[in-house]
Amino acid sequence: MTKEIFDVLVIGGGPAGYTAALYAVRAGLSCLVLERMAAGGQMCETMHIDNYPGFTETIDGFTLGTAMQQGAERFGAKTVYDEVTAVKLDTPVKEITTAGGGYFAHTVIVATGATHRHLGLAREAELAGRGVGYCATCDGAFYRGKSVAVVGGGNSAVADALYLAGICEKVTLIHRRDTLRASRIHEAPLQNAKNIEIRYDSEVTALLGDGHLTGVTVRNKKTGETEDVALDGLFISIGRTPVTALFQDCLTLDASGYIVAGEDTVTSLSGIFAAGDVRTKPLRQIVTATADGAVAAEAAAAYLVGKQ
Amino acid sequence: MSVMKITAADFEKEVLACDKPVLVDFYADWCGPCKMLAPVLAQIAEEHPEYKICKVNVDEESDLAAKFGVMSIPTLFVIKNGEITNHAMGAMPKARVLDLF
Repeated sequence: MTKEIFDVLVIGGGPAGYTAALYAVRAGLSCLVLERMAAGGQMCETMHIDNYPGFTETIDGFTLGTAMQQGAERFGAKTVYDEVTAVKLDTPVKEITTAGGGYFAHTVIVATGATHRHLGLAREAELAGRGVGYCATCDGAFYRGKSVAVVGGGNSAVADALYLAGICEKVTLIHRRDTLRASRIHEAPLQNAKNIEIRYDSEVTALLGDGHLTGVTVRNKKTGETEDVALDGLFISIGRTPVTALFQDCLTLDASGYIVAGEDTVTSLSGIFAAGDVRTKPLRQIVTATADGAVAAEAAAAYLVGKQ
Repeated sequence: MSVMKITAADFEKEVLACDKPVLVDFYADWCGPCKMLAPVLAQIAEEHPEYKICKVNVDEESDLAAKFGVMSIPTLFVIKNGEITNHAMGAMPKARVLDLF
């Protein structure tokens, strides 16, 4: 039996991946999505998505991700739940190896997204789930009435701080700059929250506690002074790091590890396209990820026509 | 087999006294990564009758969650002959869940 060669193989079942799949199958191409866990990707950790157009009520990321999957499968896209372990992308027929098998395709759309960035402090892994967390909406409830801190100054960090302020006794927001990067929509709620303290120009330099986090050492970058702050929980929300370990030897990546590709999603290898958060781009949002998916599918279709 | 929902009342009988290796998933209905992990665990329950796959709702069974020191969900424990032999946190693919046994 000869193995099926898909027109388009998508790695990653988030918004970029399933939009690419939707556009590919609607263009008459065969398309397989390889997803390591569940549709939606990073969206699954977001309980309230209010900036994806077309919804009159808030929607959670898991529901939206599943809807995107079903939307693509309605037109014939296939999904296999398996983790990609190796790729061979520089041949006319690309070969993708997974934990449970192997797949062939004429084009590959990389939509592997990004994951939580770690602080990189000693014992961070040991204390994860023991006071140190990366998902405030998942773990916030375990800190009811307690004292927690959020590290970061972007939209995710501020949204986490506001969410935790409704549950915890006190929330300290620790940010390394002198102003927040978060959108202005967060300003009023942040000012109105009585139990949020913001420490600007500050960084966490050590995690304290034996077996469970009991506090952190905070250093003021302007004065150089350090102080130990007692905490029950610390949520780290300092941005994302791209999931590109599989591609570091075959695709051109930027200094942060993102796949170098323009708005046309074209990468350094022919027939390989990058869509969503994994690509070098100015704004990483669900709506820009879905846009990338559509562009990548069109680019893959054009590549296939050119090859004939 | 499907994933069995466990309460404090039947934890002793269904988990600690079980003669098969047991995987216990501490989860909540509102947690995204828990929802991601659920189909993975359902698949393992179907494909691996040699294991018993259980889940504990941390909202309904907060004492049980506290007893196991659960501060992050999902948290998985592997229990063999009444003893915890491994644990892990967060959603993960099937192969990594199976590695816990």
